[in-house]
Amino acid sequence: MDLLLIAIVSPLVLALAMVLGLPKAVARNLAYVGFAIPAVIGIILWCQYGGATKESTYAFLTSYDTGLTGLGINLTLGLNGISMPLFVMAGIVGLAAGLYALQSAAERLNTYIVLLLIMQGGLMGVFASVDVFFFYFFHELALIPTFIMVGIWGGRDRNYAAMKMTIYLTVGAMLSLIGLIAIYYTSGAQTFDMIALREAIAADGLSTVAQKNIFGLLMFGFGILVSLWPLHTWAPLGYGAAPSSVAMLHAGVLKKFGLYGLIQVALPLLPKGAEHWAVILATLAVVGNILIVGFVTIAQRDLKQLVGYSSVMHMGYAFLGVACLSVMGVGGVVFMMVAHGFSAALLFLLATSIHHRTQTFDLDEMGGLVKHAPVLSAFFVAATLASIGLPGFANFWGELTIFVAAWQVFPTLTVIAVAGVVISAIYGLRAAAKVFFGPQTEAFDKVLEEKPATDLTWSEKLPALLLLVALLAFGFWPKLMTDSINDSVAEIYPAAEASVPVDVARN
Amino acid sequence: MSIELLQQAAADNQWIAIGPELMVGCLALLLLILEIVLPKARHEIIPSVAIAGLLGIITAFVINYHTVFLGQTTFNGLLRHSGTGQFLRLFFLLAATGVSVLGMVALKRQRMPKVEFFAITLVVSAAMMLLAQANHFVMLFVALETITVGFYILVSYTRSNPLSLEAGLKYLIMGALSSGILLFGIALLYGVAGSPALQATSADSMNFDALRVFLYANPDNVVAAVGIVLVLSGVAFKIGAVPFQIWIPDVYQGAPTPVSAFLAIASKAAGFAILLTLVTVFDGYQSLVVGVLTIMAIATILFGNLAALTQHNVKRLIGLSGVSHAGYLLIGVIAAIHVPFAVGAICFYLFAYMLASFAVFGVMTHVSGPDDADQDLDYYTDLAKTHPFLGVVLGVGLGSLAGIPPLAGFMGKLLVFLAAFEAGLYALLGVAIVGVVISIYYYFGWIKAAFFPQWRPPVFEGDDPIPEPPRQVVSTSAGILLATVALASVFLGFYQGPLGAWLGLS
Repeated sequence: MDLLLIAIVSPLVLALAMVLGLPKAVARNLAYVGFAIPAVIGIILWCQYGGATKESTYAFLTSYDTGLTGLGINLTLGLNGISMPLFVMAGIVGLAAGLYALQSAAERLNTYIVLLLIMQGGLMGVFASVDVFFFYFFHELALIPTFIMVGIWGGRDRNYAAMKMTIYLTVGAMLSLIGLIAIYYTSGAQTFDMIALREAIAADGLSTVAQKNIFGLLMFGFGILVSLWPLHTWAPLGYGAAPSSVAMLHAGVLKKFGLYGLIQVALPLLPKGAEHWAVILATLAVVGNILIVGFVTIAQRDLKQLVGYSSVMHMGYAFLGVACLSVMGVGGVVFMMVAHGFSAALLFLLATSIHHRTQTFDLDEMGGLVKHAPVLSAFFVAATLASIGLPGFANFWGELTIFVAAWQVFPTLTVIAVAGVVISAIYGLRAAAKVFFGPQTEAFDKVLEEKPATDLTWSEKLPALLLLVALLAFGFWPKLMTDSINDSVAEIYPAAEASVPVDVARN
Repeated sequence: MSIELLQQAAADNQWIAIGPELMVGCLALLLLILEIVLPKARHEIIPSVAIAGLLGIITAFVINYHTVFLGQTTFNGLLRHSGTGQFLRLFFLLAATGVSVLGMVALKRQRMPKVEFFAITLVVSAAMMLLAQANHFVMLFVALETITVGFYILVSYTRSNPLSLEAGLKYLIMGALSSGILLFGIALLYGVAGSPALQATSADSMNFDALRVFLYANPDNVVAAVGIVLVLSGVAFKIGAVPFQIWIPDVYQGAPTPVSAFLAIASKAAGFAILLTLVTVFDGYQSLVVGVLTIMAIATILFGNLAALTQHNVKRLIGLSGVSHAGYLLIGVIAAIHVPFAVGAICFYLFAYMLASFAVFGVMTHVSGPDDADQDLDYYTDLAKTHPFLGVVLGVGLGSLAGIPPLAGFMGKLLVFLAAFEAGLYALLGVAIVGVVISIYYYFGWIKAAFFPQWRPPVFEGDDPIPEPPRQVVSTSAGILLATVALASVFLGFYQGPLGAWLGLS
């Protein structure tokens, strides 16, 4: 049997079974299995990946006919060095989010779990699809439950946040869909199969004008989905309102769809278009995402908004790496996407755990939690340090690689971007200090009288531990991932690397 | 006319070819006979007879789907049997079944004669099936009038309700006007194509094949051009395209909900069946036809979506959103001139639209009180909590209408957009994208009303309590219909297999 298909379908089947009326007690237990299967399959495939036979960088290729073969649409699944780490990351973050959701006391928990399972199935599909159409399709499959969950289980401003997210993300998805259809036709291949598209475009490349236009569409389409400044305003608002597991899955995994699309589809197929837009993309990323959003983050007083803004800010590094158009830059982005997936999910999880104890997200009303919850504070500090990019955590390698790659192309912007690390240290450490270490505030005293704060329970610790271990594992042993990334990226990007430093340098 | 000629003509009357239409017509008559024969207490089985009969006809039709008449003309060129026609016949049969099920639910609340509704629905469906195969203006007009007259009655069916009567009157006046325009266009085309002064004229110039040849031979005839524009305008009324859309919100609101569903689904599909035939007939005037349809499509998409934004009555909302769907389909029609698979794409779109519309209209019949015209968005508050089944069906239906993956409506939109892209209609695609994004707002607003917890003003002592929104119990047949259309919408989103094969997409 095809493991990739099982990883996608098993959460969906389970969700369907729960809708059709599986008994509640059975359903809960089965849900653990549903969240665990993709993670386990991800790790199994990761172990097998090195020895697997590969066809134009893709291993484990299988194809299914869904009835539109005539239009060049087939459900083709496979993994290459770029998608494999993300597939594993999606599995693990999904498992953590699922575990965290199953122990939560959400109203109508069964519906919540059903939607989360659908999201999980979609996420696995995004990174396992070799067919560009299904890549888009699975993204939307995961996106729709997001809106619904924000609307029903969200916190403050949930109606407005859900609406805003829906409209922004639909616009982004529509633009990228049009871009993908444009590739489908202008390539002359009349197929959505990524391998066939690459071959067709390698044979006779697209005209420069077409490349410029299509890359522009994809850059802004995917850009909205990844919260590229100034189209990012949905993100902090949405994450601020979203229930924790949804924020974990969206900020951690689903948002990477846009970057993944740029790396896997747009850059290799449209190198000239990418050259044209690279400077604009890098400038928006550094000045907008890193600098401006960075300062905005410092000014935040709401913990969850702060985590949301910091996730927007870190996307700036990823965009900068993409704009380098080099093997090193792209490799760094893939590494960073994985690392940020773990660290963003961990931060959102811990933020909610803090809220359970303080009953507020307002930083000014917190303080002194370390006395009551030392383990929680240890986790939070570790997550903050990871997100800043301290050596020892996976994020460090991603950011370092991106900076080195960017220095060769955009020296000025790189200096600003490196300064951004200081910004994230300021808000990250300040938040940790305010929540855990300062003097206990009066507001917090009152909360404690009603409900004494306890330390992390095992049901919270387990998912947090899962994410932290992953961060540390990749932090101390980056070779786990870099070899496979390097092979695939080097094979897809030979031409792009040669042309870049000459054309775009010295801006 | 000599006897031989008549005999010769009669030899081409292949009655078997229109067997399904005849069976539907006979079923309608059977219902009327049953009403006379059966005692009054047993009348409630009559709708069930109609549905059972329709299901039987559908089964027989599917078994004989690949009929021997495919590609032929019968009845001396009145009818042409094509693959698309075959698919649309099945479409209308399914639509009639769905409308009959909804009718059973909705009519229970009214003190109205019950049997005629089903009989008229059947007759109208038979006429639609013939219309999908029309190859002659006489056939087209007769079928179209049968449909329109049937709808005059159906729209004002609840005659105790002034809004229904108003809707009926509006539909009557606008319908008569559009029939007049259409007929005037036909007359002009007939006249000019029969003029001996021009080339390639024909004695039977209302025949589509002859007309097509004539229009090719005379590409710059002003009278023919005027005729074409008038005919297209008459058809635009049926599909509710701008500027002939103005009747839609009022008529949809006033008509009984099953009739609104019938108008939205089948009447619109019938209009597109004609359009698909006519664009091939008017091939010689391609630039004119494309120009007219392009302007219509742009205006229709923008008007439908913008007007739907502010609606609070869900029947008006769904009607105006239906206008925008007609706009997307018009893009498909324009694409179909150059791209063969666009016809399959339109059929897929219509099918997905039918499934989604039945889901939404089905829920609407269950969330309305005795006054059918009074259906407010507020009535949907907490629907998903109190009636999870209706909530899920509504969510699937609206999601599919909005074109959200993985539902069938998304595949329909994607296929139409693919066809449009291949035909190079970039400007229209841009407008369509804008339309889709706008539509998310109101579809999502409806979902929001049904799913998301809403704030409600507290009730103080002495105030009248807020009346509970009307909810009907879901009967077995309606439950089966709703579950089927919802599951089919999901299934077709993931796997298009047999339908894609039928429509030549795989």
